[in-house]
Amino acid sequence: MRSGNSPERASRSAWCMIGAMRDLHSHFPPKSTRTHEVCGPSASAFAFALGARLGGTVLWVREAWLGDQINPMGFASYMDPQNVLVALAPGHIDVLAAAEEALRSGSVTLVVLDLTQPIGLTEGRRLQLAAQQGKSTGLCLIPEGMGSNAAQTRWRCTPVFDADPHAPDSTLQRWEIIKNKSGTLKAWTVKWDAQTRRINVVSEVAQ
Amino acid sequence: MRKRVVSMWFPRLPSDRVLRACAIGAAGDSRPFVLTHHEKNTDRIYCLNRAAEARGLHRGMGVSDARAYCPDLQSRPATPQADARFLQMLARWSKRYCPWVGLDGTDGLMLNIAGAEHLFNGEAVMLDDMRHRLERAGLSVQIAAAETRGAAWALTHYGTPARTSEGLTSLPVAALRLDAKSDTALQRLGLRTIGDLMALPRATIARRFGPDVTLRLDQALGARDEVISPLTDPPHYGVRMTLPEPIGLSGDVMAATARLLERLCAKLKDQDMGARRLQLSLRRVDQGTQQIELRLAAPMRDAARILPLFERGVGAVDAGFGIDHLRLEATQVERLLQTQITHATSSRSDGLEDLITRLGNRIGLENIQRFLPADSHIPERSFQIAPAAYSTAQGPWVTLRPRPLRLFAPEAITATGPRPPQHFRWRRMALTTQRSTGPERIAPEWWLPDDNWRSGLRDYWKLDTAQGRRLWVFYTPQNPGWFVQGEFA
Repeated sequence: MRSGNSPERASRSAWCMIGAMRDLHSHFPPKSTRTHEVCGPSASAFAFALGARLGGTVLWVREAWLGDQINPMGFASYMDPQNVLVALAPGHIDVLAAAEEALRSGSVTLVVLDLTQPIGLTEGRRLQLAAQQGKSTGLCLIPEGMGSNAAQTRWRCTPVFDADPHAPDSTLQRWEIIKNKSGTLKAWTVKWDAQTRRINVVSEVAQ
Repeated sequence: MRKRVVSMWFPRLPSDRVLRACAIGAAGDSRPFVLTHHEKNTDRIYCLNRAAEARGLHRGMGVSDARAYCPDLQSRPATPQADARFLQMLARWSKRYCPWVGLDGTDGLMLNIAGAEHLFNGEAVMLDDMRHRLERAGLSVQIAAAETRGAAWALTHYGTPARTSEGLTSLPVAALRLDAKSDTALQRLGLRTIGDLMALPRATIARRFGPDVTLRLDQALGARDEVISPLTDPPHYGVRMTLPEPIGLSGDVMAATARLLERLCAKLKDQDMGARRLQLSLRRVDQGTQQIELRLAAPMRDAARILPLFERGVGAVDAGFGIDHLRLEATQVERLLQTQITHATSSRSDGLEDLITRLGNRIGLENIQRFLPADSHIPERSFQIAPAAYSTAQGPWVTLRPRPLRLFAPEAITATGPRPPQHFRWRRMALTTQRSTGPERIAPEWWLPDDNWRSGLRDYWKLDTAQGRRLWVFYTPQNPGWFVQGEFA
């Protein structure tokens, strides 16, 4: 009885996997020509995964005084550092202005804003309009709970400990949509595959 | 056409140039001073001042020998490029006397002053004026005027007041600008002066010494013409426009700028140059001037692309009662050669360059950066950060070991011993280590002093915590302590 059941269960879990993958890929990459928000400790991993998925040049705008910096040796497994430009703005307003200019020009596919303080509805809406005009995607890395209502979607990305002993350099994360203007809220456990440069859903059953 | 050639010879141009800039310049003639250069395996005298010559030194002498002769000798290394630039400057200055100025070797100038003497009340006054001004500038100079270039050269280099009155005939044959071999041969035959040479039949001279000697003789006597090639002015990348009525609308200013840009870009195209920095000066009717500076991310000469980049600057200008004078200048230019447009060149990068220019004008062109690979194991130095406008993307990026996505300045955590801690606090979070990978030992680069690496060797570990965070921490065995330096995804 049990031996007959096992292949059926395996195939069912495989179907679940494919379903979950499809589900993720219907949400990721999030709608282009909009700005989105991402928070949580793995927000930069989300940004690089998105940059890799969209291709083209990524402009990373941040305030010059921030101590953290992105490490090209680290994100080389996500996307080619040749395609990343960093803009150091003297202040918060300049970050927003530079990002708006870049979104509107359409010469870069993704503009990542490293924000340190919340932005209002007006600023968020301006970014949305600029993204629509330039047909590019904007992504705000925001501190927890400082989202703007103008954002199309908001994601929370947190790293998850990978108990699998065969994966010492794991990238297991939990991605949740915590705000969605046109759709439902979802959550996935995902992993970055450096070989194929693509995000993979890890089945819940396997966990 | 009448010719009147003035030759200026600066016998000590290099040393005069250096002494002019030195504090000891005032006392320069009283103390021996030499410029040295390295030739034939030793430092030799390149140029020297009058005092050094008086002490028995000469050009080409070894510097150590010279020091033995005069222990108080002062010396500097020679820079022939700077001397050449200085001579160019003198040539430019000489245009105050006549427009036709050419260089003569590395230490002289030739001026064709025909038709310009009367502006200075005659030739003698003009030459006196030249001598006076150059000597006041601290340059020793020999100046003479003659009908031909050859004669003027001969008079400056070999003429003495006594000889000059007699013309060329009494000058030594070396004054004909002969090579050393012909000069020696003529001397051996007893032909000491030009007069001796002129007395001989031409055919004999030509047969014995080749055509060179007769050519030089003819040039000195004016039988054969010799040109002075005038220096061309360096191209000037500036255009201006004066308006009959003042304008104030930004659309009008942009239209005027478009016309100026077209003219400027045509100039740039003629010279195969591209503008890197542009300056637009707007003069108002009340004489106030406002300047808009545009720094471009790449050399450019496409008026249609540059014009929209001015929009932001023009919008910020206060026109007051109106603007009636515009001036556009390319203050920095770079070579920009014509390139073949192929299907492989993308128009995307053009847009990116324009974007970098726009952003650069807001937050500074140096603040738009890109990463370049660097050859180092030190995490902070394994890449370089360069301004995107002045560098090109380089690859490939090779990562041998996993590296964190984000790097920050090391943050100390409390732990002891060479093994990673089981429990620790970082950024007010209590974390529990579940898996640690390492250590990876990285030694400081002793050839580059770095204050951050004073603590010596580092053993890097990757800690996977039960809370999910994956941290890059290191232990310094020579100076025990634990620090967090980066975070993985």
